[in-house]
Amino acid sequence: MLWDAILAGLQGMVAGTAQFTLQHWIMIAIGCVMMWLGVAKNLEPLLLVPIGFGAVLVNVPGTGLMEGHGFLKALYDAGIITELFPILIFIGIGAMTDFGPLLENPRILLFGAAGQFGIFLTLLLALGLGFTQLEALAIGIIGACDGPTAIYVTTNYAPHLLGSVSVAAYSYMALVPILQPPIMRALTTDAERQIVMPTVKRSVSKTTKLVFPIMVTGFTAVVAPLGTPLMGMLMLGNLFREVGGLDRLAKTASNELGNIVTLLLGLTIGATMQADQFLNIKTLGIFALGLIAISLDTVMGVLFGKLMCFLTGGKVNPLIGAAGISALPMAARVVQNEGQRYNKKNHLLMHAMGANTGGQVGSIMAAAIMLSIVNALGIH
Amino acid sequence: MDNTTFGLTLTILGMSGTLISLWVLSLLISGLKKIYPIEPPAPAAGKEK
Repeated sequence: MLWDAILAGLQGMVAGTAQFTLQHWIMIAIGCVMMWLGVAKNLEPLLLVPIGFGAVLVNVPGTGLMEGHGFLKALYDAGIITELFPILIFIGIGAMTDFGPLLENPRILLFGAAGQFGIFLTLLLALGLGFTQLEALAIGIIGACDGPTAIYVTTNYAPHLLGSVSVAAYSYMALVPILQPPIMRALTTDAERQIVMPTVKRSVSKTTKLVFPIMVTGFTAVVAPLGTPLMGMLMLGNLFREVGGLDRLAKTASNELGNIVTLLLGLTIGATMQADQFLNIKTLGIFALGLIAISLDTVMGVLFGKLMCFLTGGKVNPLIGAAGISALPMAARVVQNEGQRYNKKNHLLMHAMGANTGGQVGSIMAAAIMLSIVNALGIH
Repeated sequence: MDNTTFGLTLTILGMSGTLISLWVLSLLISGLKKIYPIEPPAPAAGKEK
């Protein structure tokens, strides 16, 4: 009797181990690689480490973390299904973003539009490859180069792809310094890369900085109301930053709130990487299309830069078009480095930051317009 | 709706919609800067005669 009980107890202790399959081990290895990339290579460590750890946890059989009352399932239901985490994270992003360079030269906002064209071109490719219409939407949005926006759209239309779309979005954002320079060099001439743009003059009043977030929120509500939750929270965070007396809220949004939500978001995204849902041919397709999306964004941004260079008689350095994608502030740094590589006296950073923050607004606007069109077409 | 119509509708409306929206927004920002121009720097103390 006692022996039977001990044997049953021992079986319970090793039950999880007995359920391990090769797929589980592969996913645990992927989770470990993500943590290694974050820790050892400093690639988006704030996200890749919790995502990787979440992927490891959820692929240990028998834990029940994503079933019933499992804590990762509770976080997923509370923060992802409700779209709460991506929306909250935008308050922090808004509080950390200085729109000053964009406000100095509002026309630079157009680069933020060109930098989103990859979203729509990739959507066409995904449809051509046999993905469903809603899956193609979620894959195309990787081209927004903006993790929370990608999560928001994917949760709405293809929640079963959330793990692969989110990981692809964050991974490629981390690889922007490697992905963009070859495209920028291939599409521009030496002479174009050496164009010096004049120093940005200080021309924005405090009142303009205060009215800007309210105006952008109102504009989004009119043009593409479905994007108002994202744009509204981005602009709320920015309002905290610009209103002098709200330092406490601005600091809380950019530090405590941002950090807590990033931690929970990363862990929960990792928890969606269950072997049976992640290890399939679709995931490979999503990663390939995500790479194409970000490359196409860069191509379209630089080509738009060349157009602006032509229209202004050579006053615009086309390299800043590459900063029109939303990977803030990495894309702007890439532009600055490339500009200085060909002309040591060239300081493109402030112009590139303008295009980059324009890309942040542009990515949300593109997603909002996409959601509004799909809603109008009655596709669910 | 077939995939081709869906894809082309989203691409054409999405790209043009994003570009036009941000262009209008840039005009609004320019207007905002004209309505609220930068404040002139305060005169330095002690220079008055």
